[in-house]
Amino acid sequence: MLAILRDLIRYNLEFRIGLFLVSIVVVMAALSVVSPYPAGDVYVVPPDLPPSTAHWLGTTSRGQDVFWQLTAAIRNTLFFGIMVAALSRVIALVVGLLAGYSGGWIDRVLMSINDTFIIIPLFPILILFYFVLRDSMSTPLLATIMACLGWAYDARLIRSVALSLKTREFTQTSIFSGMKTHEILAREHLPYVLPIVFSTTMNNMNWSIGIEVTLAVLGFTDINTPTIGGMIYWANQHTALVAGIWWWIAFPIALVVMTFVGLFLLAVSMNEYIDPRSRLARMGGSR
Amino acid sequence: MNAYFAYFAKRLVQFVVVVFIGVNLAFVITHASPIDPVEQSIAAVTSFGSTAPDAIAAMRSSLQELYGLKGTLAEQYVTFWSRVLRGDFGPSLSAFPTPVSALIGRALPWTAGLLIVSTLITWVLGNLLGGLAGYYQRSRTLKLMGVVAMGVHPIPYYIVALLLLIVFGFLWPVLPITGGSAMNLQQGWNWPFVSSVARHSILPALSLILIGLGSWFLGMRSLVSNIVTEDYVVYAETAGLDSRRVLGSYVMRNALAPQVTGLAMSLGGIFNGAVITEKVFGYPGVGTLLVDAVYAGDYGLVLGVTTVSIIAVSVGVLVIDLLYPLIDPRVELR
Repeated sequence: MLAILRDLIRYNLEFRIGLFLVSIVVVMAALSVVSPYPAGDVYVVPPDLPPSTAHWLGTTSRGQDVFWQLTAAIRNTLFFGIMVAALSRVIALVVGLLAGYSGGWIDRVLMSINDTFIIIPLFPILILFYFVLRDSMSTPLLATIMACLGWAYDARLIRSVALSLKTREFTQTSIFSGMKTHEILAREHLPYVLPIVFSTTMNNMNWSIGIEVTLAVLGFTDINTPTIGGMIYWANQHTALVAGIWWWIAFPIALVVMTFVGLFLLAVSMNEYIDPRSRLARMGGSR
Repeated sequence: MNAYFAYFAKRLVQFVVVVFIGVNLAFVITHASPIDPVEQSIAAVTSFGSTAPDAIAAMRSSLQELYGLKGTLAEQYVTFWSRVLRGDFGPSLSAFPTPVSALIGRALPWTAGLLIVSTLITWVLGNLLGGLAGYYQRSRTLKLMGVVAMGVHPIPYYIVALLLLIVFGFLWPVLPITGGSAMNLQQGWNWPFVSSVARHSILPALSLILIGLGSWFLGMRSLVSNIVTEDYVVYAETAGLDSRRVLGSYVMRNALAPQVTGLAMSLGGIFNGAVITEKVFGYPGVGTLLVDAVYAGDYGLVLGVTTVSIIAVSVGVLVIDLLYPLIDPRVELR
């Protein structure tokens, strides 16, 4: 594991940039622990101050320090992404491994459900969810819903690997030695798909954070928990751009863009690392 | 030709499954609600002003039927489906008494037009540039494009739309930033109206294109850079074929097939983007309709837009899937 990391850092510029960006974001999120005031409080500092030495990123019209607000927001946003990614990984793994290994009607049924989830426009469905749940819509609930909707594409990727694992000799050996299906999947096949699971985790986090931001901007989430989308929502509510309070909206956007680009670059470089051809090319081998 | 019909039938079944699961999802979600949608909707309407008691009673019975709250769960399910299949979502509450289907029918051409045009532009441009970048790997410009694509691709629609709005709305106001066309124009095939629609669609379309371009570019580039190392390409090159010919008929053609499937699969995602883009630019499509319906508490309209969007996206996927074998002769018509 460490050797892989060392290789990636040494040979892969995308990975270095991604790691750098994500580190900044994580440090920001970690700083929320030492925030001088609770993130939910309003009117703790004078409102509408531009960035200065006292308030590095300025203050909002609700009397919050943008910097400290941002640390709490990015922490919640990251948590949200991790929650969705972890839950949906479980579903994607079970479906992908099972479909690829079992084949036959199990595969066909699982994959038609899978295709449905890939095609269906999720945004209207999420809005429908918000519409009927309104007051009880909390961040964990939204994360669970998103996880139930967002596993399909990755399950297909995992299935494609599982299909090839199925025909390998060690699978036959395991079957003859009397292992049960779930044992084969968990102990023999799982290690082979883990690299894909890692890189899809980053993409899934990006996807879920993107939708959370979008929903929050419209006010369709629990807007009292500070998140990046929530910050933009409140800034819009106070017409921050028209009033010239640009820092309220610019810094959350800058930070969330850093998150997106960082996670995406990590996913891309890991994907490339998994593919031996491009890894060789990168390390100076010939095409 | 028989093989094509088998393929056709299979895709048709898949289409039915998608719509079936989607509409059932809508039914389950509405029944999982802890709040009473009927009383909520009526409260939302009556809060605007006093309404005659018998009108409220009529509304209540219509709503209960619409939400499938009459009779047993099985009966509710049947009623729900029969109404969905007839496209009857009852009257809109926020625009009472206009039927929901009329509102959607008015908004759908806007969204369909915006989506079809921007999707086509994005797909063609992204694949063309990505193909070139994968083939001419030493080109500086194309390398730079790759870097830009990687930076822009993961940004969500909302942020790009907002940035465009800031740039063209405040910093350099040359384009209309809201609405679908200028007011007071005769809607129809006349030049002032059409040109106004075109001008108003530039920014929403641009935000969709900017986001979509990156993923097609990156996808096509990696596909092409894999194909370039295949034996038949190397053979064609050593045989002295014109490099443009190799790229066009040997490399791009073979790389396009997965991109066509990708187009079908991405439609749902593009629709998601269109919802927020429309809202940001006040475009009079189904996205704006949906979001405004939520704000207004218009239950029938939300349900109607959700169902119609599921069906519309599925139809789009079906059409692309049916065209697919005509584009790629290698596809086994399984």
